Amino acid sequence: MSAPVLLLSDVTREHRQGDTVVHALRGIDLAVHAGELVAVMGPSGSGKSTLLHIAGGLDTPTSGRVLVEDRDLATLSATQVAAVRRRSVGYVFQDLNLLPSLSAVENVALPLELDGVRGGMARRAARAALDEVGVGALAGRFPDDMSGGQQQRVAIARALVGPRRLLLADEPTGALDSQTGEEVLRVLRARCEAGAAGVLVTHEARHAAWADRVVFLRDGVVVDQSGPALAAESLLPAGGAG
Amino acid sequence: MDTAYAYSVSMSIRHGLLALLERGPRHGYQLRAEFDAATGETWPLNVGQVYSTLDRLERDGLVLQDGDPDADGRIAYRITDVGQAELRGWFGTPVSAKAAPRDELAIKLALAVTTPGVDVLRVVQLQRTATMSGLQELTRLKSRATDAEADLAWSLVLDSLLFRAEAEIRWLDHCEARVARAAARRPQNSVAAPATDQASRR
Repeated sequence: MSAPVLLLSDVTREHRQGDTVVHALRGIDLAVHAGELVAVMGPSGSGKSTLLHIAGGLDTPTSGRVLVEDRDLATLSATQVAAVRRRSVGYVFQDLNLLPSLSAVENVALPLELDGVRGGMARRAARAALDEVGVGALAGRFPDDMSGGQQQRVAIARALVGPRRLLLADEPTGALDSQTGEEVLRVLRARCEAGAAGVLVTHEARHAAWADRVVFLRDGVVVDQSGPALAAESLLPAGGAG
Repeated sequence: MDTAYAYSVSMSIRHGLLALLERGPRHGYQLRAEFDAATGETWPLNVGQVYSTLDRLERDGLVLQDGDPDADGRIAYRITDVGQAELRGWFGTPVSAKAAPRDELAIKLALAVTTPGVDVLRVVQLQRTATMSGLQELTRLKSRATDAEADLAWSLVLDSLLFRAEAEIRWLDHCEARVARAAARRPQNSVAAPATDQASRR
């Protein structure tokens, strides 16, 4: 199997509050490969948002390693980490995703332009990204003139425009009704099947169920994982004659 | 009543009685009263069910008669090593969503919280992982259904199964939170969680 797009290795995060140390994450190991959507589930305070922030270079671990596309974030300068965030990682949050003064295509092109891609090229890439999530026809619309579901599709397009392959989503369906939320998850799932690596943080089992793997987080520790049902062959002993 | 359901209920009674005998030797009337108390009288037993179940448990070597009948002619039973292994196996195995009625899960948790030495949070997590795998499988089936008219009925049936699985996971979350809260309130000298586990709670 190829190297994971995201690799967390023995990641620990402690917050100090006066004399007490709060262990937000303790010894987390997590690998997410291209083509895979992994859901992280846990109650509030379990550390799932901290995990997402660390995966995206928005927070640094107290110990352990974070590799994004084989680059160890701890060995990079602040400027280099910022570049990894721009070029490799896309975020989708519950709300406040799009700039209201920019059209859909301008919103999606923005990260590329910030990274020095020329305007025309950035817009072409943005239109392609909007087409991929099924809202190409809305390229000229402003966020206020779009439904919540359409805005989240544009946000997913922006998260994955250009060469970016790691998509980090924090409760992306939180403000949407269940039907629209499901459509957003369908798009997220499709983008991962097309080659992105996705991490979805949620407290909703129904949403987590769209993932290939579900990781259960409790008090900063992975307590269990649920994957797809094992193929019949993998239930046989390795190298068995039977 | 379909046979799979009947089988599953009788298996729950078997394991329920074993869980009660894990606390010490008991006779049939005691077992019935304690089973009803542990499960909130949701699934009341009659004493005939208790004794016929005890006979089968004894036949299978899971329990033994404990001494002679008392003054009223009642026979007490105790759990054997084989019975204890069987009980551990039951708590360590998730309920199959296919064959079992959902009641078995409620019975299992009601007895897990009252049986000494059972890691209730582990039982909850095992079940949640199994139920989540089922939910993922249903979601994969659903993602293959298109918006076409013909798929609507099938899609709604899947939704019903999805919501049921989701509800079970929510209920398990709720059980976990309540068990954790109860453990935190328990006095230090009780035989609850080991020290490391207490430190891990926040």
